[in-house]
Amino acid sequence: MRVDVESLAIERGGLRLFENLSFAAAAGAHVALTGANGTGKTSLLRALAGFLAPSAGRIRFDAEEPAAQTHFLGHRDGLKGALEVREHVAFWRDLMGGRGDPKSALERVGLTRVIDLPARALSAGQSRRLSLARLLVAERHLWLLDEPAAGLDTAGKTLLADLISAHRASGGIVIAAVHEPLGSPDVDVRLGV
Amino acid sequence: MTMWQSVSAVFRRDLRLAWAGGGAAAPLGFFAGATTLVPLAVGPDLKTLALIGPPLLWVTVSLAALMILERLFQADLEDGSLDQLHLVDAPLEFIVAAKGAALWMAIGLPLALASLPAALALQTPPHATIAVAVGLLVGLGAFIGFGLFGAALAAGVRRGGVLIAILVLPFFAPPIIFGAAAASKAASDGLGAPGFLLLCGCALAGVALGPIGAAAALRQQTG
Repeated sequence: MRVDVESLAIERGGLRLFENLSFAAAAGAHVALTGANGTGKTSLLRALAGFLAPSAGRIRFDAEEPAAQTHFLGHRDGLKGALEVREHVAFWRDLMGGRGDPKSALERVGLTRVIDLPARALSAGQSRRLSLARLLVAERHLWLLDEPAAGLDTAGKTLLADLISAHRASGGIVIAAVHEPLGSPDVDVRLGV
Repeated sequence: MTMWQSVSAVFRRDLRLAWAGGGAAAPLGFFAGATTLVPLAVGPDLKTLALIGPPLLWVTVSLAALMILERLFQADLEDGSLDQLHLVDAPLEFIVAAKGAALWMAIGLPLALASLPAALALQTPPHATIAVAVGLLVGLGAFIGFGLFGAALAAGVRRGGVLIAILVLPFFAPPIIFGAAAASKAASDGLGAPGFLLLCGCALAGVALGPIGAAAALRQQTG
């Protein structure tokens, strides 16, 4: 899979966040989106996910049905307080047409002890780890991560960096909005300069 | 194959959520309360009760359905899980329909069951109570179908319940008219009454059109 962003411009509420943005990400690429608050990192990720229409330019994927090839990890973890941790992972796997094993995904993100707890009992960091498990139970080429390290402890950040490099090694693409360096990106996109 | 896997995952999750969150309790409580209090207010005249019984059941059920619509998409929008529903290898219309079907199972079915004792208490002849309950079950399909559309349009609106009511109540009118008429007639004519067939028509329209409108509304709210 390959993503090409060509002369992209995005507006929110009548305000132009950025324009003339171009970059490309081929298989195995890790794009780091940086920029101050409000420069359009989240909006760019949402446009890449197809949630937001750009006001100019275009985003091209050399894949059919790019939405079904995309993982989007936003600020909000997408958890239901009443559902158990294991139910979330099983739900995501079925929803996203994955084949991963929920149990080993939860083991990988370090949530084995809380597997039967309802999500409302999780801490912020644990909630984020749970949403990382989503990346593991459904195989998807493009990972769009919006400040994925938020709430994670040091071990969690290491885990995240490991997940990213493993995904790249298998030919996947990672596009992540970050405030602190994460992994070793090979494309740097700075917004708001 | 994956498509049905996704659709069934949403159906099962929403069913589980409705029961886990005690979702069916609030509309059932409302239904039980209203169908108990109105006869107390009307007084002990059995003829009047028999006359207002079926219409009262229909109005109460439609309002109970309205109650549960507000959080249907709003909760998913707020916690971020709505985003995931867009990244699925199945049309959003099917995903929305699965949510509606889960709601019908989790709340529509218990409401229709609860209408059996309520109809008896309201002097509906025992042989007609089943016909009344079946009518309500079909009517709930229409209410939830059209309700999906209103709930999706109002998903991003704080206190969207009022907006949903304004949007969907006009669509609730036809099933209420035919449904209540069919229920009133059920005592003599049975289920084949024309009112019941028209009610089925309304339900089919709601089930077919509601998810299409709701999906279109949700696509506008992803930015």
